[in-house]
Amino acid sequence: MSNTRKARRRTAPSPYPYWFYLPAAVVYAVLFLVPTFASFYFSLTRWSLFDYQFIGLDNFVLFFQEPALVKGFFNTILYAVTTSGLKVILGLPLAVLLTSRIVARGYLRSVVFFPVLVSTIGVGITFTVLMNPEQGLFNRSLAAVGIQGPGWLTDPSWALLSVALVDVWKGVGLATLIYIAGIVSIPQEYFEAARVDGAGAFGGFRHIILPLARPATVTVVILSLIGGLRSFDLIWAMTRGGPGFTSDVIASVIYKQYQAGFYGLSTAGNVILFLVVTAIVVPLFRYLNRGEVEQ
Amino acid sequence: MLTLSPRRIAAVAAVTISALVLSACSPGSLGSSDPNAATTLSFLADNSETSMKIAEGLAKDFSAKNPSITIKVETRPQGGEGDNVVKTRLSTGDMTDIFMYNSGSLFQALKPEQNLVALGDQAFAGNLDAAFKTTVTAGGQLYGVPFGGATGGGILYNKAVYQRLSLQVPKTWTEFMANNAKIKAAGIAPVIQTYQDTWTSQLLILADFHNVSAVQPDFADRYTKNQAKYANTPAAARGFQKLQEVFDAGYLTKDFASTKLENGVKHLADGTGAHYPMLTFAVGTIVTNNPDKVGDIGFFAQPGDDAAKLGLTVWEPAGVYIPKTTTGAKLDAAKKFLAFVASKEGCDSTAKAFTPSGPFLVKGCALPSNVPGAIKDMQPYFDSGANSPALEFLSPVKGPALEHICVEVGSGIRKAADAAALYDQDVKKQAQQLGLPGW
Repeated sequence: MSNTRKARRRTAPSPYPYWFYLPAAVVYAVLFLVPTFASFYFSLTRWSLFDYQFIGLDNFVLFFQEPALVKGFFNTILYAVTTSGLKVILGLPLAVLLTSRIVARGYLRSVVFFPVLVSTIGVGITFTVLMNPEQGLFNRSLAAVGIQGPGWLTDPSWALLSVALVDVWKGVGLATLIYIAGIVSIPQEYFEAARVDGAGAFGGFRHIILPLARPATVTVVILSLIGGLRSFDLIWAMTRGGPGFTSDVIASVIYKQYQAGFYGLSTAGNVILFLVVTAIVVPLFRYLNRGEVEQ
Repeated sequence: MLTLSPRRIAAVAAVTISALVLSACSPGSLGSSDPNAATTLSFLADNSETSMKIAEGLAKDFSAKNPSITIKVETRPQGGEGDNVVKTRLSTGDMTDIFMYNSGSLFQALKPEQNLVALGDQAFAGNLDAAFKTTVTAGGQLYGVPFGGATGGGILYNKAVYQRLSLQVPKTWTEFMANNAKIKAAGIAPVIQTYQDTWTSQLLILADFHNVSAVQPDFADRYTKNQAKYANTPAAARGFQKLQEVFDAGYLTKDFASTKLENGVKHLADGTGAHYPMLTFAVGTIVTNNPDKVGDIGFFAQPGDDAAKLGLTVWEPAGVYIPKTTTGAKLDAAKKFLAFVASKEGCDSTAKAFTPSGPFLVKGCALPSNVPGAIKDMQPYFDSGANSPALEFLSPVKGPALEHICVEVGSGIRKAADAAALYDQDVKKQAQQLGLPGW
């Protein structure tokens, strides 16, 4: 934005009075600001819903001593990176496919997008049934071709990965949609010029789509990484962090503390989650966007 | 176009906000105060089959006797989610007129002195079992009456399997494991576990408590004072070891990780599994789902290392309480209802509504003669006095992660010694939250 335009905007009086902000500001303050700041305070107390006692930073100390936390932290990162990576890897080829001239393109686009519209809990419960090690459709089908399927959600080494795969199934439609928008906005002249220069289909993908769809990649990575870091509903619906603590993520550790009635402690956990997500996403956002401007 | 002045917007905002505030008021505060008019009481119970049937049975029989009072049963989730519902409703003054909730450690976490109506002055207080009373007493005041009978925690077993293999009911853990070996050799899964209902994983540890207190009578007291720990008390650590032993020996049902309580009960009833470490309320599920198999099911206390000290770990029933927000005519009606629950008529109504899980704790109440054999198997432990309340009724200290730790031990993810130490760490949070001295 040029400096002159910035200056003009500052001096020009707004055509609307500031009163217009009031209703939104009241709603924002009551529903967002007050609870946020209250939670910062309650994270410093031992709070039983009936009364609270100020205990300084003890909750934070206790939270970091939580044995499930290290595992939960590692799982959160693993989950976020896996889902976000797979959504890019699967979303881009799908988008390329769905922007090319193929039969039933509109229908296929809606098929890919459909899982995004379904309730997460519903998806979780459905897949829990499908992934049942003895009676589930997955293992029955595998058994039909002579493969002994794993206990998708009950085997400690599979549980988190299974949930991540379902998350990808559910979320890849949105990634594809963003990529389709990104690819469609690339001017056709580039492709024509590339063809004249003798580039094949792969050359066009490698040298035109991949670099020019970068803003779409940034959006997909950021959105799915934030989603992955604060993921909770699908994991809770499918494994409740189990078996044991093997698929616990930070959000489910916090939720279990809330369930146990440790309200101050779980609020402290939320403050930490807020800081962690901010600490990861803000620099990443800056980095990815800077790359875009430099181009 | 409609023009809006700042003042007008402020007015709209004010109206909106006051509407929001008004809608937060509870409908309960608008109750009538006329003593002769019909009173309707709301009664919150958990949504398990047992609780629902008992609550509705009590409500129906009470209203039949007191036509001017109607009781409407509302439900809430079980477990941790239910705890939150109860605590949130109590702290916001939005609780139902009467509610059912656990006795013992969970009851203590409700801050009874602050939230509940004391009942020590009521006539029925004298009719209640002394051991039960301690689990619903806080600061020297009584707050609840028993909802249902006592429940035994131990091993439900399939008598048909025992007969076929000519096995004897074990008196020690070694005998129990020897039986398991024979059952496994016969191609039947010796021990049923159901880790999709995570709480069911705790039974081998919690039902072992009589064996702990038989060796260390002061364990519960020292545990509350942060002087005794699971990890460094050999008798207490045995529970975790037992859980590991049955997994290591390959005695569990094949689908232990993916099934729920109901399926476990089914395994026991069909005889695909021989032993199910469980609470006796599950007998009621068999009565409902497999009525033809009820005769095949028996019950014994979880054996310890010494046959002479064999005894039963007993779960006290949940309580029925009145929150302080119930006042006036509703309070009188609520007290009347509690008096009914704590009477012989109340016991009969409960027994009629659902198969009792064990003896009633109200004076003058007796189990009907047609109770299933597994429930009758509990009686000798009561007659001989060889029973102790479960730890959660003697100490408010119970860690929320026990069920997950047990799933890990019972699935071979974590070893017993490590689990006991981890659990000791987990209970610290609970003790501090309750503000207990010494933590």
